[in-house]
Amino acid sequence: MDNLRHVDGNALAGVFHDVFGREMTRVCSCCAHCGATNQLGAAWVYRAAGDVVRCPNCGTIVMVIVENAAGLHVSFEAIRWLQISASPEVE
Amino acid sequence: MTFITRGFRGRREADVPEGRVPPGQYVTSDFPVLSAGPTPRIPIEQWRLTISDPLRSERSWNWTEFTGLPAETVTVDIHCVTKWSKLDTIWEGVSLDTLLDDVTDRANRHVLFHSYGGYTTNLPIEDVTGGKAWIAYSYDGRPLDPEHGGPARLLVPHLYFWKSAKWVNGMTLSDSDRPGFWESYGYHNYGDPWREQRYQGD
Amino acid sequence: MAGAALPGRLNWLIAKASQTIDETDRVRTIVLDAPGWPGHLPGQHIDIRLTAEDGYQAQRSYSISAPADGEQVVITVELVDNGEISPFLIEDLRIGDQIEIRGPIGGYFVWDPSRGGPLQLIGGGSGVAPLMAMLRERVRTGSDVPVRYLSSARSFNDLIYRLELESISAETEEVEVLHTLTRIQPQNWTGLTGRVNRTVLAKHVWPAFTRPLCYVCGPTGFVETVASTLVALGHQPGRIKTERFGPTN
Repeated sequence: MDNLRHVDGNALAGVFHDVFGREMTRVCSCCAHCGATNQLGAAWVYRAAGDVVRCPNCGTIVMVIVENAAGLHVSFEAIRWLQISASPEVE
Repeated sequence: MTFITRGFRGRREADVPEGRVPPGQYVTSDFPVLSAGPTPRIPIEQWRLTISDPLRSERSWNWTEFTGLPAETVTVDIHCVTKWSKLDTIWEGVSLDTLLDDVTDRANRHVLFHSYGGYTTNLPIEDVTGGKAWIAYSYDGRPLDPEHGGPARLLVPHLYFWKSAKWVNGMTLSDSDRPGFWESYGYHNYGDPWREQRYQGD
Repeated sequence: MAGAALPGRLNWLIAKASQTIDETDRVRTIVLDAPGWPGHLPGQHIDIRLTAEDGYQAQRSYSISAPADGEQVVITVELVDNGEISPFLIEDLRIGDQIEIRGPIGGYFVWDPSRGGPLQLIGGGSGVAPLMAMLRERVRTGSDVPVRYLSSARSFNDLIYRLELESISAETEEVEVLHTLTRIQPQNWTGLTGRVNRTVLAKHVWPAFTRPLCYVCGPTGFVETVASTLVALGHQPGRIKTERFGPTN
């Protein structure tokens, strides 16, 4: 079992809210590496010196969030697109 | 205005020896596992450590060759940028001085360490030589656990522990300094815990 | 309840502990009164932030274990040895104490009756906390969604919410509760024994053809095993939501 150290994207719901200003775990994201689409809540998250968000299909890093003294340093690696619903309840 | 929670202390060790702990750090008796990705599982017969340098031919060791090199046991304090420090940790491994003994021209040379799984970290060559760094394969008298970087990891205790790359499989020497994994995601390029160099810009 | 899951700002609130219930010798439910709480959906969690006098801070997430009820937020916390926050919440926190919380957080791991079913809840240890919020909501609203609740605990005394679950399953149509005890079972035990494995899941979970909504919560290894086995049994990955607790660093 290699993947005993990751949590689900839902664990980052609070951090995503800080980054994007809204609930993001039900937002669909397309991985720029493999093209798979998944809700951000389903991502594989490795919580280390920063939060490393990986595509649940191919494991590629899609986003890295580091909390520093000034706030949040967010790196986007492999998000091709996000579909953010105009009506959040419908997601 | 921070709200103080009555009675909360956290699980920090209370008695900490003077001068052993860099600013902003807390001593722990645990050994937290922090990984950016899945733990690589390397069959030992496939394990290699490779030194690449444009100025000389490549050197490489398999596991038998590597563990046959002269090794040292060292007791060091380690400091993670996530604020925990662990004192008097015992490691056994091969000094980088042994591995880089043929690298005599060291002016302005940088080393980028690579790991199974894709992790990287960068250091000036003077920070991994002169008795400052090892490739360690044993922790606390036992073979290094995969979760902690086994079969072998880099150990550079004078810098924040993200520089001590787990699952190390090689290093590339260069005249240019290329940021590694955490360095390119917002962490400090050098990482001296005594000057609290945690983040880019510190 | 439409806006409950999506507050405009995720501000820290001061919540006061108004009640504590010792569920087992390692698990405590804490009822918090949080002025300004906007409400929440079953399955969501809160962040708790504790600050020591010298500024040392620790923050952790805890699932809300009861459905929305005004400004009340109920969490169920398991003691983690050498943990940062759980020892304080379980051993030190007194009625009347105030702590900082923010939320509700996490729209992904949410169930409410409008999503339908059948509903399959599978929890390991204190992973049952968010599932209990879902089950309590199902019961409270009088919804007719059929539910199967499967929990895994080490021993009889480690079962959380046992009595309430007994009365729910006795009194509520179409709610079935099953427990498995993994380490030790009492003499007259009529429930399941051993870990949740493929045999247990094949026999006791809603069959894949009924297309249940599955929520799995607990330690990472438990969730990994259960979720991958559900997929192997034919359940659609998109209808399986997981909440891994992960290691505590």
